[in-house]
Amino acid sequence: MRAEVKPGIHTGTKSKTGADLLVESLIKEEVKTIFGYPGGAVLPIYDALYRAGDAFDHILTRHEQGAIHAAEGYARVSGKPGVVIATSGPGATNLVTGIADAMMDSLPLVVFTGQVARGVIGTDAFQEADIMGITTPITKHNYQVQSVSDLPRIVREAFHIASTGRPGPVVVDIPKDISANPADGNYDDSFHLPGYQPTIKPNPLQIKKLADSLAKAKKPVILAGAGIIIGKASEELIALAEKFSLPVTTTLLGLGGFPGNHSLALGMAGMHGTYAANTALYECDLLINIGARFDDRLTGNLKHFAPNATVAHIDIDPAEIGKNVTTHIPVVSDSKAAIKALLTHAKEGPDHDDWLIGINGNRDNYPLWYNNPKEEMIPQWLLESIHKVTDGNAIVTTDVGQHQMWAAQYYTFNKPNRWVTSGGLGTMGFGFPAAIGAQLAAPKDTVVAVVGDGGFQMTMQELSVLQERGLPVKVIIVNNGALGMVRQWQETFYEKRYSHSLLDVQPDFVKLAEAYQIKGMRIDTQEELIHSLPDLFAYEGPVVVDCRVLQQENVYPMIAPGKGLNEMIGVKP
Amino acid sequence: MKRIITATVQNRSGVLNRITGLLQKRQFNIESISVGRTDVEGISKMTFVVDVVDSQKLEQVTKQLNKQIDVLKVSDITDKAIVSRELALIKIVSSAQLRSEIQGIIEPFRATIIDVSKDSLSVQVTGKPEKIEALIDLLRPYGIKELARTGMTAFLRGQQPQVTELTPYSLLK
Ligand SMILES: Cc1ncc(C[n+]2csc(CCOP(=O)(O)OP(=O)(O)O)c2C)c(N)n1
Ligand SMILES: [Mg+2]
Repeated sequence: MRAEVKPGIHTGTKSKTGADLLVESLIKEEVKTIFGYPGGAVLPIYDALYRAGDAFDHILTRHEQGAIHAAEGYARVSGKPGVVIATSGPGATNLVTGIADAMMDSLPLVVFTGQVARGVIGTDAFQEADIMGITTPITKHNYQVQSVSDLPRIVREAFHIASTGRPGPVVVDIPKDISANPADGNYDDSFHLPGYQPTIKPNPLQIKKLADSLAKAKKPVILAGAGIIIGKASEELIALAEKFSLPVTTTLLGLGGFPGNHSLALGMAGMHGTYAANTALYECDLLINIGARFDDRLTGNLKHFAPNATVAHIDIDPAEIGKNVTTHIPVVSDSKAAIKALLTHAKEGPDHDDWLIGINGNRDNYPLWYNNPKEEMIPQWLLESIHKVTDGNAIVTTDVGQHQMWAAQYYTFNKPNRWVTSGGLGTMGFGFPAAIGAQLAAPKDTVVAVVGDGGFQMTMQELSVLQERGLPVKVIIVNNGALGMVRQWQETFYEKRYSHSLLDVQPDFVKLAEAYQIKGMRIDTQEELIHSLPDLFAYEGPVVVDCRVLQQENVYPMIAPGKGLNEMIGVKP
Repeated sequence: MKRIITATVQNRSGVLNRITGLLQKRQFNIESISVGRTDVEGISKMTFVVDVVDSQKLEQVTKQLNKQIDVLKVSDITDKAIVSRELALIKIVSSAQLRSEIQGIIEPFRATIIDVSKDSLSVQVTGKPEKIEALIDLLRPYGIKELARTGMTAFLRGQQPQVTELTPYSLLK
């Protein structure tokens, strides 16, 4: 599918332009899908895309934020960098939330922004924004192309940096004159990055230390983060856990890295994690963290986090090790390489059956739970029902809020790369566009966007993309008529003063879907849901389902802010 | 505790912004930064004096700096044998009568008078920050009109003593 790039017929010149060079570079990087939105400063690039014909599938979202979240969903599901193009000024600043989100959650993105021509940079020219300055703290790296001869090399570097080591977003800012002007030279795109050499193989001494600790541990536990998924190390993790009977808990972003239905799985840990997982983290004597960054939503109050444990931390980013939690055995490495080394060197320790029996007891006696009065639609039950009807095989994206936590708790993931959520930044409006990207990355899979009635309204204009592309995304609005998570905190910590968290007035989501010629449906009762869900998922096109759930439902169990792993509230009595 | 950290960086546009932004975002307390080119084309050297609460924070500073793509090398040289210098320009109020008195004060510091006007006089002094502080204190009673300091720059001595005989660098406690 290599496209022949025709010279700049529309510019009246016979020569190749900088934009053509960019297109060639993208083809070289095997980019197939681009998410973007045109504008003045990227007109030369869009002209080159036009002339490149069907070399790319360019998805025109209806807002740049939609483009970048879609690219994030694409990246999470495909494991490949998501590519975004936006114009200078407002186009570029509209990307900021998504760039910050990708930075927090280690998603590989290569983001091309237009910039005003070099000659007027710094003069507050029309649609000029200092996107380098703005994105420096929220990118793994960023470039402003100063000369067309640098462009091919910079694009290669950008893809390399975005997708290797700890992945992250890279911004390439391209002044308009660079993309518009002739670029006939033969430009060298080879690169050398002496300051960027990620350590991917573990230090054998550290592996030995970890193996020795494992051989002595009476209460070992593994904490699996997104590093397992990014490092494609699920199989190795399962092998390690099974070989040494190690219980495994995952972070929010690590869900699916270890099968949720495995006999050694404890479920998610952290603020809304399971009792079994949090208790294991509290009581363990050896904690092996693989690819998690000890986020505060996971650890709770650090004073009560794994207080008696030897802490081992395997991470490809050395700066994460020892950042929040004192670490006794640091292992800087790719997750897969480290687990493999551990599998080779670790030896059976004393049996820790008592530990496992205790953990099993916690799992059996204090599972996730909710009351289910059948006359109301209970959100947890809704998520369980979706799990059932999709056999747990769907790709699930979410927004941020209560529905996100219920999806994490009740949609058990058994495979990696099926769970797409905004963890570190907690970005409302993420879920729906991310589902578009996920569906494009996995056209044959069932993709469910589980969104809040609040968050959906932040990016719902992307229904246009479903309409245009007929992408069969199933949008499930968990409609509690509220900014539910805010409402829950106000109920619990602010004596029910519901300040601006109730959405008494809402659009008719069914009519909204229909305005985009998409099937819309409203479901009020459990009976209706049982009745319609199989059909909805069998339906070949996109659907928007407005599910009216009980507003008063709260996410439990919970570690209140400032409290420790051992201080959970709302555990099953 | 105060630490002296040096970083070798690629002299690309934005690198300074990235580094100072990172120090600010991670809430590292910077006493001084000095930057300048090295002998190698495209490579600059930065010297930071940072004030950190503990070794964990210190480790974070160096790791976060190291993580930047354009940063080639980061070293904490506080406990090494190093040479370190700072330059200060001090403009003080001074009449012609006072000039020789001031000359007498600055001489032991090997400072020099580099500019004189009717009612002021400018002194240049180079040395460790401690020495510069001391001179400033002595000149303060005359009235300091303007003061400019470069911040410290430093590197390792040609020869490092054996680890056993190493006395911790005492300047920055
Ligand atoms: C962009 C953004 N703004 C504000 C918030 C704060 N916030 C977190 S959850 C939440 C409520 C979300 O409401 P909804 O989308 O309806 O989901 P629910 O909690 O009701 O399931 C809010 C406002 C956020 N996370 N992101
Ligand atoms: Mg809601």
